This record gives sequence, structure tokens and C-alpha cells, in this order.
Amino acid sequence: MTAADPKLAADLSRVRGSVDMTHGAGGRAMAELIRDVFHKHLANDYLAQGNDGALLGSVSGRLVMAADSHVISPLFFPGGDIGALSVHGTVNDVAMMGARPLWLSASFIMEEGFPLAELEKIVVSMALAARQAGVPVVTGDTKVVEKGKGDGVFISTTGVGVLSEATDISGSNARPGDAIIVSGTMGDHGIAILSKREHLDFETEILSDTQPLNDLVAAMLAAVPGIRVLRDPTRGGLSATLNEIAHQSKVGMVIGETAVPVKPEVAAACELLGLDPLNVANEGKLIAICGADDAAILLAAMRSHPKGLDAAIIGEVVADKHALVTMRTRLGGMRVVDWIAGEQLPRIC
Amino acid sequence: MKFVDEYRDQELARTVAAAIAAEADPDRNYHFMEFCGGHTHAIFRYGVQDLMPENVHFVHGPGCPVCVLPVSRLDDAVELAERHGVILCTYGDMMRVPGTKQRSLIRAKADGADVRMVYSTLDALKIARENPGRQVVFFAIGFETTTPPTAVALKAAEAEGLRNFSVFCNHVLTPSAISHILESPEVRDLGIVKIDGFLGPSHVSSVIGSQPYEFFAEEFQKPVVIAGFEPLDVMQSVLMLIRQVNDGRHEVENEYTRVVTEEGNVKAQALVSDVFELRKSFAWRGLGTVPYSALRIRDAYADFDAEKRFELSVKASREAKSCECPSILRGVKKPTDCKLFGTTCTPQSPIGSCMVSSEGACAAYWTYGRFRDQQPAKLEAAE
Ligand code: SF4
Repeated sequence: MTAADPKLAADLSRVRGSVDMTHGAGGRAMAELIRDVFHKHLANDYLAQGNDGALLGSVSGRLVMAADSHVISPLFFPGGDIGALSVHGTVNDVAMMGARPLWLSASFIMEEGFPLAELEKIVVSMALAARQAGVPVVTGDTKVVEKGKGDGVFISTTGVGVLSEATDISGSNARPGDAIIVSGTMGDHGIAILSKREHLDFETEILSDTQPLNDLVAAMLAAVPGIRVLRDPTRGGLSATLNEIAHQSKVGMVIGETAVPVKPEVAAACELLGLDPLNVANEGKLIAICGADDAAILLAAMRSHPKGLDAAIIGEVVADKHALVTMRTRLGGMRVVDWIAGEQLPRIC
Repeated sequence: MKFVDEYRDQELARTVAAAIAAEADPDRNYHFMEFCGGHTHAIFRYGVQDLMPENVHFVHGPGCPVCVLPVSRLDDAVELAERHGVILCTYGDMMRVPGTKQRSLIRAKADGADVRMVYSTLDALKIARENPGRQVVFFAIGFETTTPPTAVALKAAEAEGLRNFSVFCNHVLTPSAISHILESPEVRDLGIVKIDGFLGPSHVSSVIGSQPYEFFAEEFQKPVVIAGFEPLDVMQSVLMLIRQVNDGRHEVENEYTRVVTEEGNVKAQALVSDVFELRKSFAWRGLGTVPYSALRIRDAYADFDAEKRFELSVKASREAKSCECPSILRGVKKPTDCKLFGTTCTPQSPIGSCMVSSEGACAAYWTYGRFRDQQPAKLEAAE
């Protein structure tokens, strides 16, 4: 997203309506779109440089980078939209390395015919999300594809962050005896999306939990610098994430069904739809694994942060060469917690 | 969650488990077949087996509608989508079932066929209304529970004069299949399943009632308990079966009285019999040809019968070699008896139908229960 030519006086209202091929052609229309939609809302010193790339200056510490693409239907859902989600997703990916996210890039692929008013709403939401997370969008790009070749808007974001020398967080660090903690209720995002997409009118509206977690992570690391694993259970939900970590660390896990926080309305919706809340996506929650001795301190730190009020210890890492995640069920029996095969839900994020 | 949590309550479960342990005779073994995939799923998902004494065994039966559809019918559905170019509407699970040469509807879709996943027959009707220039076929599968909605769709299509809508009917009936498990000639080839009683299908019985099982219990001298799908329903039903076995009784009992009555839903039955009639025979995957075990669309609705509207070629359909689905569907073998289980065949890349549907025995075993075979290794690793 290079800066618009200031000489272009035309107002966006002239082209207001919908995205057309000229918005991707590199000419005046594109410059206006960038100026009147993207730069207007995302404004910061880096974008104001007006060059093809952003000059970021120097940082001390190890750098972390994460990329994420967002294709979601519907684009607007209870509790969020693709703009906010594209910021949160990448900020959280960087934060799950234990790093402090510093900058974001954003690339938009827009489909011909997409209403400009909706595009602007998405950008406004993205700008707000970036401000709330304290991570500016410093560079970007826009492309337009012909009608029928896209799904409204796709957004790709990349995040860069800095990591202190002392932090060592990785999915391969879990050890037998460690505690497994989640920061809050599971399944809110996936059910929010599904309720909207399938036109299911639940009595209570279920909101997506999409939010940036960098501040929560900072508070957690301040309390327990030796956290071993952090991960956000997005697609595939808690079960996929626990299985990923178990495989990476070559350990097993045992969790308790009653220990996993799930909102009653989400549980009810899952029941209705035949889904397991453990398999449903989250966009504003994390899983932390730490040594057993640190568990109480970490839990307390999480619960004293607004984004970790419902944090709970859900289980323990055990030795198991098969890397199975098992669960004591509500009923008192045992079962495997598997990652879902293929798609349990139609695509949600 | 009211009405659900109480059927998963740990305290109650302990009480029922204690009663089962007290009443099960330690000198005998009890083998109970759950006909329905819903029960198989509940047993594994909640770890019900862990609350049973060692001498109570669950035998997983053929009651998963996705699992029992023969390969040839699936190949027909693929042909409808590919050769006849229809919009084929199907329930999600059917998409991934491998047909001959592992070809599934999801593959056909990837190659350009118009296959659409629907949640109800009404969605399929809507698609037909919105695409007047295209033929829309609803791929109907399932037991007695899913039959009334198909009947409703057929009646609606007729009333509206929807010329581009038809149903590829594969509805099957449970009572004849249960009888068949015990008496078919193939039983001799596949081995005899030890069954001391049946957990009867509950949703099916909410439509047909408990009465159709009376003849069966009498004829085969096996107790049947119509059981709900919640884990506590299953446990309570096991207790009722143990009592019958101990007393030497073989009756139809109803654990699921909150939904099932003796005569069932008479209105739904009338609707179904208005639209469908018995097929003389139908091939089930795993059970072979079972007489009077499926439904076809009556001549009065022939215009909406995809089998009449489209010419389907007779194909040599083939099931995957070494897949043990047929024996598993009869309860003769366990999923772990199959060489492919967990190696070539997993829910990610299913070889047989039992691995596709979440209600299939192989999928339930793999998804929720496979640690049972790995416990020795686990203990060894923990040491
Ligand atoms: S494991 Fe796969 S191949 Fe083997 S019986 Fe089950 S479905 Fe068939």
C-alpha cells in the first residue's frame, strides 16, 4: 500500500459503490482507494513514509515472524469481523512464541463487485483492533480479482515481534508432570460463526471471543518466565492443539472433561449441532503448559488479568510414547481426545 | 444444560455401575449388541466401558446408516452426479465414503461434479426451486428416523409440481436387519456372534414404537431393551438386560419411556407408508442381501424417483480388499482385528465405511478408544 498521490483531489465517493478492476490496476482509482480507505483509518508514521516498504529501525532482541491468511464466511459475525480477526490472529501467533508483537503487514485480495462501504467497515475494524493491540499496520498491498474468483475479501497478515533472550517457548517443551492451563471458555468463536452461517437463532447470542492476547501473555511471562508452551487453539480447537503439542513433545496428556470451561450456551449449541466443543475453534484463548510448581502462580496471574478470568488447570502432561491425549469423561470413564478428521465443521477460519 | 446433564451425571453413573456390578453374575459373560451407531458413539465418547465389570461386553452392530450402504449404491450416486450432471444433495457424512476404487463424492466434487452438502431435505427442495434448469437429486439414506423427512420432501415436491426434483431412495429398516444378523446363511461363514441381548435403537423406535421388536424377542429368545442415547441410558439399559438374562426372560423393555411408546409416531408411519413401500430385497454392506429390509418410492410418486428418472448402469462395484467392515458390522470382529485399522485406514483417509461416519465402530474406536489397546505400552512408558 504505497501512499496516494496528494494531488489527486477526487473523493472516494466518486467511485463509492463497489470494488472494480480499476481498484487493482495501479492507477488513480487504486491510489484513491488506498488513501481514502486504508491510510485514512490505519494512519501511522510508518504508513506516512509513503514508500513501497516500511523502514522499521533497529530492535534489540531476537525477532519472531508469523503469517496468517483469513478467508471466512460470513465476513461479519457476532463479536467480530474479518478485519479484527486478521489482526488478532497474527498478533496472537507472534505472542504465542512469547514475543512482543511490534508490527503488522496486511494484504487484501478483493473480489470485483465487493461493496466499498463494507470494505471500509472492515478496515475501520482492523484499525481499531490494531490500536487496541498496540501493533500498527506498517505496510500492505491490495489486489482485485474478477467476480467469482474470490469470496468477497481475503486478508493476509504478517506480524513481526521481538523475543527476550530468556524466553524459551515451544510446542516441543512439554514434560511429564507439567500442568496444562487454558485461559478461558472453549468453542465461542466457532459457534458464533456457525450460528450466523446456518441461521441458527439461539436464545442467547453467542459472541466470538476474537481478541489480542499479547497483553495477557506479557502478564503471564512476568509471573512465570519459565512457561514452556503457549499456543492458541484456533482451527481444530483444543483437541487439535493438544494433539499437536503432544506429538511435538512426544508426551501424552490427561485432561478432565469437567475441568474444561465451556459456556453453557456453547455447550447447548454443540449438543444441538452434534459437535464436540473441544473441536471447535477459538480466536481469543490460549493454552499454556508450565512446570507443576509454577501452575498455581501462573493460574493466579491469568485470573487477575481481564482476558484470563475463567482460566483453569485442565490436566497434566504424562509420559506416553504414543503421544495420546486422553480425557476422564464427565461420567467417570476414559476416552481419547483426537483431532478431528477432515472437517467437522464447514470452513470457519 | 437441563435435560442433558442429568443423563451424564457422575454420581448417578456410579450408582448404576454399582448395581450392575452387584447383579452381574461373575460366573458368566454378558454380550450385548448395540444395534445403533449412536450407542456405539456414546459408549466410546463417555468411556462407558470403564464403568462396566469385566464380564460385560459390548458388541458393535450395523446400525450406522452410512456404514451399511453398499458400495454399488454409492457408485450410483457418483454416477448421478458425474454422468447425469445433476445437483446431488447429500448429508455430510456420505461425502467421504469411499466407493469402488476409493472414489467418493468428495472426489467427484473436486473433479467438478455438483455435489452439495445439505442439513435437511428442505435444503434440497430449496436448491431445486432455485435451479429450475437443473435436475436436483436428494441422496436419501438412513433408518426409520430419517424416512419421514424424505416423505415430507416428496409430498412437497409433488404438491408444488417441482419437475426437477427427485429422490435416490436408500432408506432401510432395522427390525429385519436385526433378525438377519442372527439367522442369515452368512452367519455360518463369518462365524457366530455371541449375543445375549440387544440395546434397541431409540430414535428409530420413536417413529416405529417398541412393538416391532416383540416378534423378534420371542422368535430368537433374546431380550431387547430400547435404550436412549445418553450414557446413563445405555448403563441403565445394560442393567435391565442383565436382569432379564439372569431371570431367563426375553422381553422387549423400554428404557427410553420419555420418548418411545409402544406404537410410536402413528402420523409419521402413515406418511411413510403413503409414499414408500417395501423392497423385496436390498443389499446391505456387511449383511448381504436382506429380504424386505428397505423402502422404495411408490408408483404414485414415480415421477420423483431418481432410479426411474435416470438410467443407472449396472456396475461391478468393489469393496476394498482386506477391509473387515462386513464382519465388524455383524459384530463378529472388532475394529482392531482389521489389519488396516490405524495404519492405512484412519478417519483422515478411510478405507471402509465403518471409519467414515462418526457413528461407525472403527471411527468410534479410533477416535475415542484406541488407548485401550495401548495401555500396556503406556504403563511401560510411565515407569
Ligand atoms: S479399519 Fe478401515 S478397513 Fe478396517 S474394517 Fe474398519 S473401516 Fe474397514
